[in-house]
Amino acid sequence: MCHSENRNFTNLHVNPCKMCMPMGASLVFKGIENSMVLIHGSQGCSTYIRRHIATHYNEPIDIASSSLSEQGTVYGGASNLVEGLKNVVNIYEPEIIGVLTTCLAETIGEDTHHMIQSSGLMDRYDGIDFVSVKTPGYGASQYRGYLAAVKSLVAHYARPSGVKTERLNVIVSDMSPRDVRELKRMLNLFQVDYIMLPDISDTLDASFDAQYKKIPKGGTKRKDIMDMANSKATIELGMLTDDHLSAGKYLEDHYQVPHYKCPIPIGLEGTDTLLQLVGRLYNKKIPRLLLEERGRILDAMIDSHKWNREGKAVIFGTPELVYGVTNLCIENGIEPQVIATGSDHNHLSEVLQDKLEAFHYHPVIIEDTDFETIGKLTQQAQANLLIGHSDGKFLKEQLGIPLIRIGFPIHDHVGGQRKLYIGYEGSLRFLDEITNTLLDLKHDAYRENMYATFYGPHSEMAR
Amino acid sequence: MPSEHVILDSRKSFIIEKGVAAGATIDCDKESLSGAVSQRACVYCGARVVLNPITDAVHIVHGPIGCASYTWDIRGSLSSDSEMYRNSFSTDLREKDIIFGGETKLAKAIEEVYSAYHPKIIFVYATCVVGVIGDDVDAVCKLAEQTYNLRVIPVKSPGFTGNKRTGYKMACMALMQLMGDEPHEEKIPYTINYLGDFNLAAEAWIIQKYLREMGIRVISTITGDASYSTLINAPKASYNVVQCAGSMTYLAKQMKKTYGIPFEKVRFLGVDETVKALRKIAYLVGDTKVIERTNALIEREMKKTHERLETYKKKVAGKKAAIYVGGGFKAIALIKQFRNLGMHVVVVGTQTGDSEEYAMIRRLTEDGTVILDDANPSELQKFAMDKQADLLVGGVKERPLAYKLGMAFIDHNHERKHALSGFEGAVNFAKEVDMTLNSPVWHYVKNKNKTI
Ligand code: SF4
Repeated sequence: MCHSENRNFTNLHVNPCKMCMPMGASLVFKGIENSMVLIHGSQGCSTYIRRHIATHYNEPIDIASSSLSEQGTVYGGASNLVEGLKNVVNIYEPEIIGVLTTCLAETIGEDTHHMIQSSGLMDRYDGIDFVSVKTPGYGASQYRGYLAAVKSLVAHYARPSGVKTERLNVIVSDMSPRDVRELKRMLNLFQVDYIMLPDISDTLDASFDAQYKKIPKGGTKRKDIMDMANSKATIELGMLTDDHLSAGKYLEDHYQVPHYKCPIPIGLEGTDTLLQLVGRLYNKKIPRLLLEERGRILDAMIDSHKWNREGKAVIFGTPELVYGVTNLCIENGIEPQVIATGSDHNHLSEVLQDKLEAFHYHPVIIEDTDFETIGKLTQQAQANLLIGHSDGKFLKEQLGIPLIRIGFPIHDHVGGQRKLYIGYEGSLRFLDEITNTLLDLKHDAYRENMYATFYGPHSEMAR
Repeated sequence: MPSEHVILDSRKSFIIEKGVAAGATIDCDKESLSGAVSQRACVYCGARVVLNPITDAVHIVHGPIGCASYTWDIRGSLSSDSEMYRNSFSTDLREKDIIFGGETKLAKAIEEVYSAYHPKIIFVYATCVVGVIGDDVDAVCKLAEQTYNLRVIPVKSPGFTGNKRTGYKMACMALMQLMGDEPHEEKIPYTINYLGDFNLAAEAWIIQKYLREMGIRVISTITGDASYSTLINAPKASYNVVQCAGSMTYLAKQMKKTYGIPFEKVRFLGVDETVKALRKIAYLVGDTKVIERTNALIEREMKKTHERLETYKKKVAGKKAAIYVGGGFKAIALIKQFRNLGMHVVVVGTQTGDSEEYAMIRRLTEDGTVILDDANPSELQKFAMDKQADLLVGGVKERPLAYKLGMAFIDHNHERKHALSGFEGAVNFAKEVDMTLNSPVWHYVKNKNKTI
């Protein structure tokens, strides 16, 4: 099932299907209330990352840089870092500053945590927290940067108060702001009190307001992160997250908060899993409204199952999202032919194996790969659907296969921030998008194909 | 609550208000202030923007994946032939490469790219971390050149070694290395190289079209739609014409020194500048036939353009514009374009403008105009609001800011898909100004405090 080589080339990466660690970590801090990010490195990293995030979310993305220069690189960047943090405080007055390293900072051996502790900044700015996260660009992809930031925040803040609460910790994965809103809606229907980390639902999809705010309102509150140590349980939307990277596991190990892993709720079973888990934890029935929605998606799945059976999909993106999308495809008869992610070290093959076998699918599953390789495999597989983020547009252009956009980044279309693809509601929308694409594919070529096959000069009939 | 309008003390010397602080000079060409959320990019970015449009080149980013990922095919440069440049190659350095050095990996990457694609030219960008771990990129490239008999050119662009301008210079040096140091005495008459146009949305093609009509042949456009073969022939041109002065003046100077090619700076942004540029080129060549044809072209195009611009002017005159763009030359051209449309420029800033360009900007602007170097979002917000700008011109990062402030916006970035050069570009520009300023959407957000 697994491809023997990760990439067409061994030493060369052609057309990346991943980004770097500080990117993932930046996205997490964007979901924390009243927080800012400073990337310790040269000016370029922060500018690139800002640009990339801005085109997806269509929001102003302010991320500071310590603007390391030659001098800072040679003699150490402590003064740059301290100066930079002061400036960020002056302009933005945040409560939290996420301090991320880069490949440059890590290589010259900068210990930002120590530098901040010995700088006097913490005394000077009482009430502002500096949360350091190690995110070397060469360490891993943005997927791991994301996990690292979530875990650092939990490790920094979570403290037991001695009083257990009935709250539920929910650790969010690769989802859109709209998805996070949907997740909240589902939990609200259960009437469950929760802490969502990170919460990008308002911050990265802010409404137009009379008064512009430098730091958009919303995001997870710091007192809630503290309280995560007292919660009833943690649900981590991270089926593939290794224990040593998992914030949920950390809470379990340190504060005995039971930890449950759950996939991003995409597709029927994915959503079922989450809702059943919540129901079980709180001894509650699944709310009526959600059951109705479940009935509706089932109805739609029946309506469209034959059309979907013609789908042969290439799925790519971050491991967690790819896992969810693959499940949705499998349960709708859309054949996953290539399942690919740029991140390394994940368990995609393992976790997908049973389900794939049950439905007799034998896709190529490949990690740590690039788009050049995905393209070759797509051609070999004669796929007719690309599902993933918009860097797949290159394949779409070259191979003439439609691309259904999901995940981050989507910078060649609008609306990445309000795409809804989780829960019964979102899964149904997403499925409809797939079915309609397949229908268009069929209908647009229908007359031409029939003519060419049965009537035209080179048709079977003519021969 | 963050206090609304903070200008950091150390930023004050980078900002002036014309007529208010008379005599004061504006600080520029300095490193960005740490923590100030500069809109600037890095050395690598500067080098990459300049070289990337070379269509049949393989561009290998030697470093971790991020830099290659964020710059993959994000620009609107067009090609008439190869599409190789639209790929993003990287050595994707990992932890172990950082510890043991990335030279072997780079050498093997070149070997792989060579045997798969047989390119004529490979550029190898050394990014931040490579500058620190001390890979001898020069040596690797040199050896590869000898082994595979193709050009492998190192571009020294570690992000921290300066700003975007340094990157431009590194790109120019790479181009010189490609063209070689042989002096070329023989020049082909009626030929030019057109420098500093990246063929965004066919801009270089538009200018080439005019030049063809004038009777001038372009040997190489640098670097929009350039290729290995046109670039190595560039030393044979009679003249160099420089459009983007910020990135290409250095190359023009070097080419003058090495090959004896005289150069002129021109600007094809806006009608006036376009006319001036075409005349300048015609007189540079000095042939009466060329001059006649040029005049005819200008007359014809002016008539066509004038009419269309007038219709837009009626709809946009009197509005206020703020400018924040990459280079000084672009800012200057924009000020003139807005003036021609009867608009007032109230804020002008650039990422990499030099003191000469800022002096020019001061001459061109009205009293009270805020002029600033290397601005950050907070400053842009403050001044655009203080000066009650109706519109902001800028790049991708500035767009959401303008929109959140309820302000019209003009894209002047490398990603745009419409031309802003030449007569066609002038009309496109006016049309875009009208489209955004007079969109019905502002009707709904104008009265911001009103709720339904
Ligand atoms: S790979 Fe390194 S230098 Fe490049 S953007 Fe990421 S952190 Fe910055």
